[in-house]
Amino acid sequence: MNTGDTAWVLISSALVMLMTPAVGLFYGGMVRRKNLLSTIMFSLTILAVISLQWVLFGYSLAFGPDHFGLIGDLSWLGLRGIGDTPNPIYASNIPHVAFLIFQMMFAVITPALITGAFVERIKFSSFLLFTILWATIVYDPIAHWVWGAGGWLHSLGVLDFAGGTVVHIASGISALAVALVIRRRQGFGEIRMEPGNIPLTILGAVFLWMGWFGFNAGSALGANALAAHAFLVTNTAAAAASLAWLTIRWALHRPSVLGAAIGGIVGLVAITPAAGYVTPFAAILIGAIAAVISHTLTIPRQRLGIDESLDVWACHGMAGTWGAIATGLFASKAINGAGANGLFYGNWSLAGVQLLAVLVVWAYSFGVTWALAKVIDRFHGLAVSEVEEYVGLDIAQHGEATHM
Amino acid sequence: MRLRKIEAYIREERLDNVRSALEQAGFTGMSVVEAKGRGDQKGLALPGRKGAFRIEFLPKILVILVVKDEDYPRAIEAIIQASNSGRPGDGKIFVSTVDEVIRIRTGKVGAEAL
Repeated sequence: MNTGDTAWVLISSALVMLMTPAVGLFYGGMVRRKNLLSTIMFSLTILAVISLQWVLFGYSLAFGPDHFGLIGDLSWLGLRGIGDTPNPIYASNIPHVAFLIFQMMFAVITPALITGAFVERIKFSSFLLFTILWATIVYDPIAHWVWGAGGWLHSLGVLDFAGGTVVHIASGISALAVALVIRRRQGFGEIRMEPGNIPLTILGAVFLWMGWFGFNAGSALGANALAAHAFLVTNTAAAAASLAWLTIRWALHRPSVLGAAIGGIVGLVAITPAAGYVTPFAAILIGAIAAVISHTLTIPRQRLGIDESLDVWACHGMAGTWGAIATGLFASKAINGAGANGLFYGNWSLAGVQLLAVLVVWAYSFGVTWALAKVIDRFHGLAVSEVEEYVGLDIAQHGEATHM
Repeated sequence: MRLRKIEAYIREERLDNVRSALEQAGFTGMSVVEAKGRGDQKGLALPGRKGAFRIEFLPKILVILVVKDEDYPRAIEAIIQASNSGRPGDGKIFVSTVDEVIRIRTGKVGAEAL
């Protein structure tokens, strides 16, 4: 056991924890003012709800003893038997409980990312139900496949350094699925729905960017050179993507402030699966290309009239997809001996495995989330009434309002 | 020449439609004020677990414009067309007479100053 490594993983966990309320601020600034509190509330609540879900049974399902490569089990229910002793499979240098805490913050932020799909119209009770069920039947199995000891994608050699597939593809695709089930916002496509508070979005983006160092550099699970490397490529990709998005907005119209913030986040998403395996130069390409892909894909989403309010699919789902594929292209054993070489280093098979993982996680997230949303909509109703939506969810759902 | 002041309280999300309808009808100048208000329904009642929950004032937009006497029915028609959703809360329009208009920059008065 190494105290330096333990310290770094605990600090990283705290940084990742900060990202979830940051998602609330990031999204909250982009909705109309009457829905600001409601939007922040989603992330705030998820922090509490999924922390408990994880301690009670989520961690056991995701990382517990394997069954058929598909799922853990309930033998670690309530964290039975988990304590100071390191788990040699996951991290032999830190207490098992430190690994569990770090992973908990990933489980917390992932459903928070989805909330951008249904802001401004979902019932709070339906949101809670959706979140608990989604974490259990979508996140926990996928985390097991990719990261769990014995997980089938893990056994095939899939590389996902910090959650491009588990976190960003799963949440982004699920966002699209739930947006196709819940009704659109009233006046969608007819009236302007402009961001209520862009500075708040910037604040959220900055906290996300900072928290991402815990997310990616923390995924080295040690205070070492790999962590420093992941830190560097993370920042580099975010910088490249922020500038790329800004350039696109400038060429089309004006150098948008919101664009600089969103671009940075998209770059962070794309580098996440690759952060421990690629060079800084590859990180520039991964970030810049991610901005082009995500920006381009917001257009067909709008044209098709899909009210996925804050473009979670384009920004997380598609930048995550690109990042997972790019890992198969740019990964190099010179960066990380525990990884693999990608296509550009003469190895075709990694790209194949990455693509397979992308397709599988796309299909599973979309299918299960769609069915889950349908069932909740059928029996409990997903959206608030039109009058409640008109008044805004802050007052209608929480009885509180923002004055600023 | 007589001048008329139109004060229209409309739903906030209809502002863009009202603005462009007025523009198409030839009225470009207008002022816009964020307002809160209530009508016959006394705000809005939402069902809650502990009885109804009342919102006393709803956000509205007040659009103000001054036009020539003969133009004002057209302006009102444009506002109604663009802001009528058929539900309570669509708002009200008040019309009054204006004694004088002066353009600050040129000092011109009356219709010329509009």
